[in-house]
Amino acid sequence: MDKVTRLASEKGVVIFTKSSCCLCYAVNILFHELGVRPVVHEIDHDPEGREMEKALLRLGCTAPVPAVFIGGKLMGSTNEIMSLHLSGSLTQMLKPYQALS
Amino acid sequence: MNSPTPQFVSSRRMSVYDPIHQISMWGEGFKSNGNLSASVPLIDEPDMKLDSQSEDASHGILGEPNKYDQEANKPTDKIQRRLAQNREAARKSRLRKKAYVQQLESSRLKLMQLEQELERARQQGMYIGGGLDSNHLGFAGSVNSGITTFETEYGHWVNEQNRQITELRSALNAHIGDMELRILVDGMMSHYAEIFRMKSAAAKADVFYVMSGMWKTTAERFFLWIGGFRPSELLKVLGPLIEPLTEQQRLDIYTLGQSCQQAEDALSQGMDKLRQLLADSVAAGQFMEGTYIPQMTSAMENLEALVSFVNQADHLRQGTLQQMSRILTIRQAARCLLALGEYFQRLRALSSLWSNRPREPA
Repeated sequence: MDKVTRLASEKGVVIFTKSSCCLCYAVNILFHELGVRPVVHEIDHDPEGREMEKALLRLGCTAPVPAVFIGGKLMGSTNEIMSLHLSGSLTQMLKPYQALS
Repeated sequence: MNSPTPQFVSSRRMSVYDPIHQISMWGEGFKSNGNLSASVPLIDEPDMKLDSQSEDASHGILGEPNKYDQEANKPTDKIQRRLAQNREAARKSRLRKKAYVQQLESSRLKLMQLEQELERARQQGMYIGGGLDSNHLGFAGSVNSGITTFETEYGHWVNEQNRQITELRSALNAHIGDMELRILVDGMMSHYAEIFRMKSAAAKADVFYVMSGMWKTTAERFFLWIGGFRPSELLKVLGPLIEPLTEQQRLDIYTLGQSCQQAEDALSQGMDKLRQLLADSVAAGQFMEGTYIPQMTSAMENLEALVSFVNQADHLRQGTLQQMSRILTIRQAARCLLALGEYFQRLRALSSLWSNRPREPA
């Protein structure tokens, strides 16, 4: 089982990012605003980063980062997350993972 | 090749029979320091100064001029050969001069053409180089064709937008049916999709142009957020204008507004992070020479990231419009789009009034 899939199913909300990527930072902020604490994996600081990037693209992610997984399923990159949020679907999907405030 | 006839020019500095002097007079390319080199002056007229220099330098090769006094009327083989070489050098020199002059001429023509283009573009208030003032050449000093294209297309876009708004207004006043109304609404939505496509291309050409909303009027620019309008603000403005709404619709619009706000906040914070990273890249490795940026690569990457932010912001704008059209009935959507269009028309009109307002003499 490749690293990406393994890491993606470890927790409810997983985001693959790169430390220099500010859009990744923005997506993470959005999740925090929605009361979710995603697990963030910075692939540029991972020794297998290159393979992980290729794996993410192979899985169908429009941009390698940020790559958002909810419940082990790939939701997409920034574009997809924004669309899901505007339609109200994102909040629904995140309900089981929201931290009790 | 016609052989030059000897011209016995009297010169107070030279012996009339000095063949070296004669050669210099005939063939402008001759450098009598021995090497009949290719680097010759590009002028046709005999250079008197050069001749005197030649004479001073010549004694090393051919000895004292007196030596040839007796031989002047009988050209020797050596002199024949030298004459031929001289003619050749002169011919080459003339060819080079011709080529150089031709190059100058074509460059001059090109320059005139460019100046004309520039003047034409300035008159049309087009984008040239950087800077807010469209007449300012800016650092780059070159016309960005991607932006010029955008500006031209934007002009057309606004005209079409105005036409569609007028048509929609008449249609609503005339109480046309839902089917016909849908056609107009779809048309307007496609038209908005068009501007976002244009902006995406423009962002690739010059992201700072798009970020600064350079194509917008002053009042529009006042509301600028990452290269365009802020969707949540627009919802607040338009909301009251599309009443009456059902309770569900009111809730849906409220939720949409919340989502917009959250997405905008996330993007804004992402932008702040980008500014911070850029500042760090530029500042890194201080106490070095002036404008040298050690972390140039990171700085450039930071600027590249701006393009994705502009695209995301536009994606949010377009997404908001699409969501609105889903929440509303066709008639409500028509009124919403009309209100939106008129709002921007009024902002543009306000900009115009503002710039033309009577000012107190200084």
